[in-house]
Amino acid sequence: MTDTSNLDTLERDVLSQIEAAGNEAGLDEIRVSALGKKGSVSLMMRELGKMSPEERQVMGPALNGLKTRLNDAITARKDTLENAALDAALASETVDISLPVRPQPQGSLHPITQVMEELAVIFADMGFAVAEGPDVEDDFHNFTALNFPEGHPARDTQDTFFMQPDADGNRKVLRTHTSPVQIRTMLEQKPPIRIIAPGRVYRCDWDQTHTPMFHQVEGLVIDKDTHMGHLKGVLLDFIAAFFETDKVEAQFRPHHFPFTEPSAEMDVKYERVGQAVKVGQGDKWMEILGCGMVHPNVIRNCGLDPDEYQGFAFGMGVDRLAMLKYGAPDLRDFFNSDKRWLAHYGFSPLLQANLATGLS
Amino acid sequence: MKFPLSWLKYHLETDASLAEIADAMTMAGLEIEDIDNPAEKFGEFTVCYVKDAVKHPDADKLRVCTVDTRDGEKQIVCGAPNARAGMYAVYAPLGTYIPGLDFALDKKPRKIRGVESHGMMCSAKELELGEDHDGIIDLDGEWEVGTPAVVALGQDDPVIDFEVTPNRPDWLGVRGIARDLAATGIGTLKDVPVNEIEGSFPCPVEIKLDWPEACPVFMGRIVRGVKNVESPDWLKKALTSIGLRPINALADITNLISYDRCRPLHVYDASKLTGAIHARKGAGETDRFEALDNKEYVPADSMCVIADEARALGFGGVMGGVYSGCESDTTDVFIEAAWFDPLITRATAKATGIDSDAKYRYERGVDPASCRDGIEYATRLILDICGGEASEVLVAGEVPAKPADIEFPVTEVKRLTGLDLPREEIVRILETLGFEPVGEGDMLTVGVPSWRLDCSQKADLVEEVARIHGFDNLEALSLPRLPGRREAPATPMQLRARYARRALASRGYSEAVTWSFCETSQAALFGGHGEGLTLDNPISSELDVMRPTALIHLLTAMQANADRGQAGAALFEVGPIYLSDAPDGQRLVATGVMPVQADRHWTGQREPDVFDVKADVMAALEAAGAPVGSLQTVAEAREWWHPGRSGVMRLGPKNVMAEFGEIHPRVLKALDIDGRVLAFEIVLDNIPMPKKVSGLKARTQLDKADLTPVRRDFAFLVDKSVAADAAIRAAKGADKQLITGVSVFDVYEGKGVPEGQVSLALEVTLQPREKTLTDEEIEAVAGKIVAKVTGATGGSLRS
Repeated sequence: MTDTSNLDTLERDVLSQIEAAGNEAGLDEIRVSALGKKGSVSLMMRELGKMSPEERQVMGPALNGLKTRLNDAITARKDTLENAALDAALASETVDISLPVRPQPQGSLHPITQVMEELAVIFADMGFAVAEGPDVEDDFHNFTALNFPEGHPARDTQDTFFMQPDADGNRKVLRTHTSPVQIRTMLEQKPPIRIIAPGRVYRCDWDQTHTPMFHQVEGLVIDKDTHMGHLKGVLLDFIAAFFETDKVEAQFRPHHFPFTEPSAEMDVKYERVGQAVKVGQGDKWMEILGCGMVHPNVIRNCGLDPDEYQGFAFGMGVDRLAMLKYGAPDLRDFFNSDKRWLAHYGFSPLLQANLATGLS
Repeated sequence: MKFPLSWLKYHLETDASLAEIADAMTMAGLEIEDIDNPAEKFGEFTVCYVKDAVKHPDADKLRVCTVDTRDGEKQIVCGAPNARAGMYAVYAPLGTYIPGLDFALDKKPRKIRGVESHGMMCSAKELELGEDHDGIIDLDGEWEVGTPAVVALGQDDPVIDFEVTPNRPDWLGVRGIARDLAATGIGTLKDVPVNEIEGSFPCPVEIKLDWPEACPVFMGRIVRGVKNVESPDWLKKALTSIGLRPINALADITNLISYDRCRPLHVYDASKLTGAIHARKGAGETDRFEALDNKEYVPADSMCVIADEARALGFGGVMGGVYSGCESDTTDVFIEAAWFDPLITRATAKATGIDSDAKYRYERGVDPASCRDGIEYATRLILDICGGEASEVLVAGEVPAKPADIEFPVTEVKRLTGLDLPREEIVRILETLGFEPVGEGDMLTVGVPSWRLDCSQKADLVEEVARIHGFDNLEALSLPRLPGRREAPATPMQLRARYARRALASRGYSEAVTWSFCETSQAALFGGHGEGLTLDNPISSELDVMRPTALIHLLTAMQANADRGQAGAALFEVGPIYLSDAPDGQRLVATGVMPVQADRHWTGQREPDVFDVKADVMAALEAAGAPVGSLQTVAEAREWWHPGRSGVMRLGPKNVMAEFGEIHPRVLKALDIDGRVLAFEIVLDNIPMPKKVSGLKARTQLDKADLTPVRRDFAFLVDKSVAADAAIRAAKGADKQLITGVSVFDVYEGKGVPEGQVSLALEVTLQPREKTLTDEEIEAVAGKIVAKVTGATGGSLRS
């Protein structure tokens, strides 16, 4: 029995059954009926033992080949059926991905925070540390040590908030400027000193351009050879860095502050672009800060010798810098906590002002 | 301080333009606030000549004029009765804004009753240069057509208004301004001498200085037989130009000298005086008098009064009294030129609330040497305007010494400013300002003029030199780098604030900045304001104490947002709170608020609860560097928190780092806040400082066991009052080596659990290190866990 035509018929028959199988169970039945213990191919394999060697030599490979081909066909069909079943299952899991996501509230940082961080970065690059002091100050730190003599009219220019006097008649004040930090720093540290001191300050004034609380940043350098040319250089460097511009046209006008001598105010050329300003161009001057060489009386009041130590100080409004750079029109809005304003003028917490990646 | 340009030019010889003078003032430190320049304001208005004026064909009261103007010949219809041929008038071209009428002429010629009119001829009132509006301006004399109208009207004098800094009282007189401007090189200071007038009789009024500290010098003189007439036009015009109302010659003369020389004077009606004049301390009620502001004052003994033997006449250096004031029928006057102490003057003015030109000058420091010139100048003007006969000047006391000389090495200029100026230039500048530098080489002894009470040391002179030389000439130098390695300058506290901010903003909170002060009643809801923290002069009664918490304004801001239709605002602030008025009484807090409001979403509603804010607090604390794993959470929040839904996170029993939870509904009601609110306040100062390890930033070795961890579940029945935290801690403590995690996966009360108890289900993770755990080992640990937890909680293992 070496005729393999039976095998061909059987193969065609089983392959067509495999092809027709609609599910895994049906496919398994076909496998059992052909390749199972009692399946048609298995039964024919059993017959091999009864055959002559010559017959076996023909039928053995033929049967083995058939078995392999059928197994392969079953595996392939099984894959097809599994994929079809998965496709169907996945199709049933379809969602409308155009539906809105669950809202994630977006937080933000206040522009004052942003500007203070920018100041810290710019001045850190020039070797300044950030110093701090209390809001509730005594007369000594806020006035006397800063060379505001008792009863001097210069005190009137400050619109000071006073605390109710204590039992001894002493009145604390809300600091009217960040300058008391100069005193605290000079009393605590040894020169060379380079600090900026940003923080809350208070003046008894409330209108479109004044709020009873606002922010200032103070700068102080004390060593043995820093002069007014350095003051000018530092401030020009600062303005260029902060407003991110190469051209800064500035003028220094003599002015009077009790705690500096000589004293100056710095004006910069500017041009309005919407609510923001472009610093460095335009034809108008804008006053931006007050500054000067630290008054010898102030240096003395901090226990240093003004013939040995010298340096400069400056102070400017942080809120105002924020308004100018980022175009917020009304100072009062800074303190209104309007969610829309905070979102619009605020900054991403992922943003960290630095010199490598930019200020904002 | 205001002055017209012509007044300045009385003292300053200059060809400089207004703009150049303004620039020179600015760069010398006289900060200009405003320049009122009529030539600019009325630039459109020019002189015209009316060649012909005929009656309008259709209107009796109108004239059709042919007018020569700077724009050529124009036909102008005019309704003024005085319009006539041959007059010089003031022409406004089409399109000009007419200030007195507050409208602009049409840009195109308009037909008036059929006749085109190409512009307008104006009355003084239409230009706001006078009250006359009976007709158009009819200029005297002949004028060139096109001459600016303000020139033809003699009203072209610009008025400059500038800020006088408190250190420079000498700028409160025009002569002082001229002196500084002369120093800048823009002109020369004119010599305007005040000649002494010899008296024809001795001064009959005695002067006694009973309080020399307040009034060290007092010069007096009688002028008899005066007529207190109306001032001449030049004087009235001078005063009007600086905004003063002319009163009568005697008053106007003292005002003029006050503004010209910064030399306040007082003139008394001599017929009202009784006996000697005293400068003395106030005597209280017996000194009660009515001052020139028509208010009564009772001078205290801290105040300097000028009195005669019968009564107090006025406050020295502040304000005179009604009784001895000069009236139109005054014939004999007593002139006072004195010097009053700045501090006493200021204290008197502060206590009485009086503000006057004299007080403004004396409290800043009037030139003590100006008494003599002042009294002579006043006498000259009185004799010229009011006539009369002057007595000799009686001088009581002594003019205070002028400021001390300053030893001034010229090298100070370079040391403090970097300016390398030759000695001669330094000397020149000082001299033009009235200083008297003497000495050889680099060392000068500088005499300070009597009017520069602000100059007492080297730096003051450096300022004078640098200011006049010009700050623009300072060379700008970048600050040289300090030697050595640059340490990042941020302090641990600054970094905490920075990281806490970013953690909270990343979790959806918007940063706000709110007032440091609040209302007493609001503070009371949160434990009250600290000792010594009530404002004496609050800006409003709603901001009268320093805040004890940052919650108040955030809560009200949240409600304000909701009122604007922006509900659901989660806000935070990193800012100060105030516990006391001591320098260390301030704390830095990170405070947040969030309304309990379910978000409506198609996946289902979700409402934030106390565990959301607890998570935010932990995230912020973690970011700020707090040892969050070691903190205990206990229900010990203060009374403004919901008693059952709030807590504190603390390290040990005392160091509370944060309070969180729902705000007490009673507090919300008091603040007018709707709904429920979740909040927290973290005290950043209370986080312990990190241990400083010098320079070493290497991490410890990673503990990474490769063996599979084993997880075991336990359910305990515990009393409801038992904190889950206690069970968790007990479980963790059962074997600190082996147990790496304990989590709560179920909290159940209800059916199957006895009343008053809960079932607390814990999943404990055991991490074997060297070898896989045997069943016996696991059982042993489980036994320890059960023992520890039941021991700590009084509960039992649920079977």
